[in-house]
Amino acid sequence: MDYDSGFRLVNSLVSSSNGLAHQVGVLFDRRRAPAAMAEFLQFTFSGLTVGAVYALVAVGFTLIYNASDVVNFAQGEFVMLGGMVTVFLGYAGVPMPLAAAIAVLITTAVGLALYRLGIAPAHDASTVTMIIITIGASIFLRGVAEIIFDKRFHSLPALFGSDPIRVGGASILPQSVVVLASALLIVCLLCAFIDRTLYGKAVIATSANRMAATLVGINTRTIVGACFAISAAIGAVAGVLVTPITLTSYNVGTLLALKGFAAVMLGGIGNAMGAVVGGVLLGLFEAFAAGYLSASYKDAVAFVVILAVLFAMPQGLVGKTTVERV
Amino acid sequence: MLKKITIAAGLIGLATSVTGGSATAQVKVGAVLSASGPASFLGDPERKTLDMYVEDINSKGGINGQKLQLVVYDDGGDANAARTFATRLVEEDKIAAMVGGTTTGTTLAMIPVFEDAQIPFISLAGAVQIIEPVHKWVFKTPHTDRMACEKVFDDLKRRKLTTVALISGTDAFGKSMRDQCLAVAPKAGITIAHEETYGPADSDMTPQLIKIKATPGIQAVVCAGFGQGPAIVTRNYRQLGIEYPLYQSHGVASKQFISLAGAAANGVRLPAAALLLANKLPDSDRQKSVVVGYQNTFENKTGQPVSTFGGHAYDGLMILVDAAKRAGSFDSGKLRDEIERTKGYVGTGGVVTMSPSDHLGLDLSAFRLLEIKDGDWIMIPDSAS
Amino acid sequence: MLAEADRFRLLQHHRLFPLIPLAVIIVVLPLLFPSAYYYRVAALVFIFAIAALGLNLLMGFAGQVSLGHAGFMGVGAYAVAIGPSRLGIAPLLAFALGAACSAVLAFVVGRPILRLKGHYLAVATLGFGVLLTIVFTNEAKWTGGPDGMPVQQIIIINWTVHRIGTWYWILAASFLLSAVIALNLIDSPTGRALRAIHDSERAARVLGIEVAQKKLAVFVISAVYASVAGSFFALINGYVTPDASSFLRSIELVAMVVLGGMGSIVGSVVGSAVLVILPQALTVFHEYEHAILGLTLMAVMIFLRRGIVPSLSAALGGTYK
Repeated sequence: MDYDSGFRLVNSLVSSSNGLAHQVGVLFDRRRAPAAMAEFLQFTFSGLTVGAVYALVAVGFTLIYNASDVVNFAQGEFVMLGGMVTVFLGYAGVPMPLAAAIAVLITTAVGLALYRLGIAPAHDASTVTMIIITIGASIFLRGVAEIIFDKRFHSLPALFGSDPIRVGGASILPQSVVVLASALLIVCLLCAFIDRTLYGKAVIATSANRMAATLVGINTRTIVGACFAISAAIGAVAGVLVTPITLTSYNVGTLLALKGFAAVMLGGIGNAMGAVVGGVLLGLFEAFAAGYLSASYKDAVAFVVILAVLFAMPQGLVGKTTVERV
Repeated sequence: MLKKITIAAGLIGLATSVTGGSATAQVKVGAVLSASGPASFLGDPERKTLDMYVEDINSKGGINGQKLQLVVYDDGGDANAARTFATRLVEEDKIAAMVGGTTTGTTLAMIPVFEDAQIPFISLAGAVQIIEPVHKWVFKTPHTDRMACEKVFDDLKRRKLTTVALISGTDAFGKSMRDQCLAVAPKAGITIAHEETYGPADSDMTPQLIKIKATPGIQAVVCAGFGQGPAIVTRNYRQLGIEYPLYQSHGVASKQFISLAGAAANGVRLPAAALLLANKLPDSDRQKSVVVGYQNTFENKTGQPVSTFGGHAYDGLMILVDAAKRAGSFDSGKLRDEIERTKGYVGTGGVVTMSPSDHLGLDLSAFRLLEIKDGDWIMIPDSAS
Repeated sequence: MLAEADRFRLLQHHRLFPLIPLAVIIVVLPLLFPSAYYYRVAALVFIFAIAALGLNLLMGFAGQVSLGHAGFMGVGAYAVAIGPSRLGIAPLLAFALGAACSAVLAFVVGRPILRLKGHYLAVATLGFGVLLTIVFTNEAKWTGGPDGMPVQQIIIINWTVHRIGTWYWILAASFLLSAVIALNLIDSPTGRALRAIHDSERAARVLGIEVAQKKLAVFVISAVYASVAGSFFALINGYVTPDASSFLRSIELVAMVVLGGMGSIVGSVVGSAVLVILPQALTVFHEYEHAILGLTLMAVMIFLRRGIVPSLSAALGGTYK
């Protein structure tokens, strides 16, 4: 066995970090700075575009987790359903806004059904059992989508056209801005709902202590069901907004769920703002990895992030350290 | 004790329930396709094509007086499942021949089964390794990725664009084509000055494209991939305002690419089978009647735009049927020999002439160079540029 | 001078007793096989049963979870592929080296990962499995890339192990051997410690059990089981692709364990048999395979939480290993 492969690995590590250093150095080189700046800006825009998608998925995760301690692997399928149902309704002749609204409604119903039929009957199950149930649900939804829809990929028309906005040599699509703005808007609405309304307080109570919430007269089943429904709606809205950029097909849900989960881990599980921060950061990490290191391992970034966060900082960037009582 | 017997009985029951259908006078043709899973974009039209044309053949009385029975299994893109189904086709269903193997991975996994059983296998996958080195019982209908590279490089040379960048998907299709392009570039006089890759599920390729844009001296970009990747690359390309020409690959396969890429697709060139041009071919073109016929049948029956992948399945089936007619029987050995003797067969992919050393039978002229203009294909004749 | 009934009852309690009916079935089954196809299906059942057995030790007995176990199968599979063709190592040696690599990998990765619990552990193992798949897909010079690579057959002194019938017996024997090892492990002090850890880690620690060490040990053992299964998988197919270690494969393994019965050795075979045979039996419904798999997972976890074998045996009155 020769040392060639080990040597090559070290070589490539050195050259990528050289490449990285080189890129950073170029930023300070006045002659080539504009091109390097344009690149940097483009990576940022790309990261923000993709990150906003992850952020919306992550927010959905967080809501369900907060309410019921369940990590919902089927979250990605909600995004898929939002996009695909809208597309197929559009093919059937339904005008876009109506199709989107119907898609969100259908997905909300699916989310509610998932809770009622999948999660509620197993309410006393262990964490692992719950995970397997939601994974089963995600596989099931994907399988059904494969049959009902088709196996091709589809798009939707962008809200403000597809002419890019040019900034400093880089360009961003107006739809990306829409997605980012929506993510922030949704989080704000969610926070307002949780903090200011009675139902929101009931959600906080349910997530703090299920038993106590029931004792004070909160119908926890309704509350958790509502959270699933809202999460599904958020996912569907994300799907509709994002499809003009990323295209959609029956199997986009799985990878989205995994990346969304990585975003949640990064930002700190249980924290809606953390979910957005985590999502955007993850998108940026991926874009910079593709830009400055190697595009082949871009997908690996999300999983390396998960592992790194879990090993070093399980509470995430924004979350609080929890203390487990004996 | 009782529970053990119950479990045993259950297992045996399951085992025997798997037994295949009873023997009839029909000839069985097997197909293991990836109609679901990551390659379903390729496998689904293949399956639909085989289903509709076997039905059509049978309605016209079958071949050599015998009706065909198509036995289709879906491997979901998994090589292990493909291998199991291949064994099943050979041992249980006792097929006379096989048309299938949507992806290179599944095809390569199945080849030993058919070589051992000595049953002709017409593959629908792209990579050149399937027929190089030549396996006695294995043939294929799709153009190889090497041919796609050569066609693109030919056009690039004609337009005097010799320094190019390559962006490819990390899936099997993209990777295989990338490897072939790198291999044939020197001989074709093309320099690949910069290379990028993207994941098949990625939704934004602007980081890679802006790096290409920043590389000095690039005169054109070649994109190798299938599915949604090429459409997104094309959109991102225009989004970044990159001026020089973009070439796609035959993985684009259908008109849907144009509708997804939108206005950004104008001016994009790609090598493709005549099938995509169909009605636009001049009447004198040998392939015109075949491709128009296939396109009409497919689009009427399925309501989806025709796909070159479905066309490969059509060619595979028809070559098999043609060989059976010439052989006068479905005996595996005679079938194989006649398939190898296919000469001048006009299919959707091109005019096929096989030989003992060439189990594909297509040359570069089978690929047409297309350009997208105003939402439709136009053909760039070989002499123009 | 024990009466027959008493002797039989004693025999029933011997730890290896559950394997006897299994062995009988294994020997009798080939008589019912009409063609080589059945040998192949049975061989695949044994391969996945070995992997499921390992995972069962981890999930059913030690109460941990792994959503990335197919990654270790991938390591074993690629070891047997890369060894002979890229490094010139004999296939049998490559087999052993694959198991060793898996063990080392599990040891290195296990330490930090097993500190996590619940969904953190699940996602960490998931991430690990997916990372392995990405490496297998991208390092084409070694692994042949997304198209995969061919695997050399095993040659034992001039005799090429090729016929599927031969593999049936080899795999059956391997499975029985791994079941014997597993059963012995379960009844050993380590096994009892694992079950204590499953019930309550804190209580186990109070009792003086080295929790971290034992968890790591079972993680490594289950990784070796998976690696052995993966190596056999590659050999029997003569070909390996990155799918061998994919997330879907990992979920299938978990489904086998869960379906068959967590903590049940025979359950591993039953779960494996169901997941290998059902897609073959229901090819007409292949369109619906994913939907059915998802639905089955959900239904089993909600209604039949202990899995088929323990639930059946409880219904028929008795405990089962």
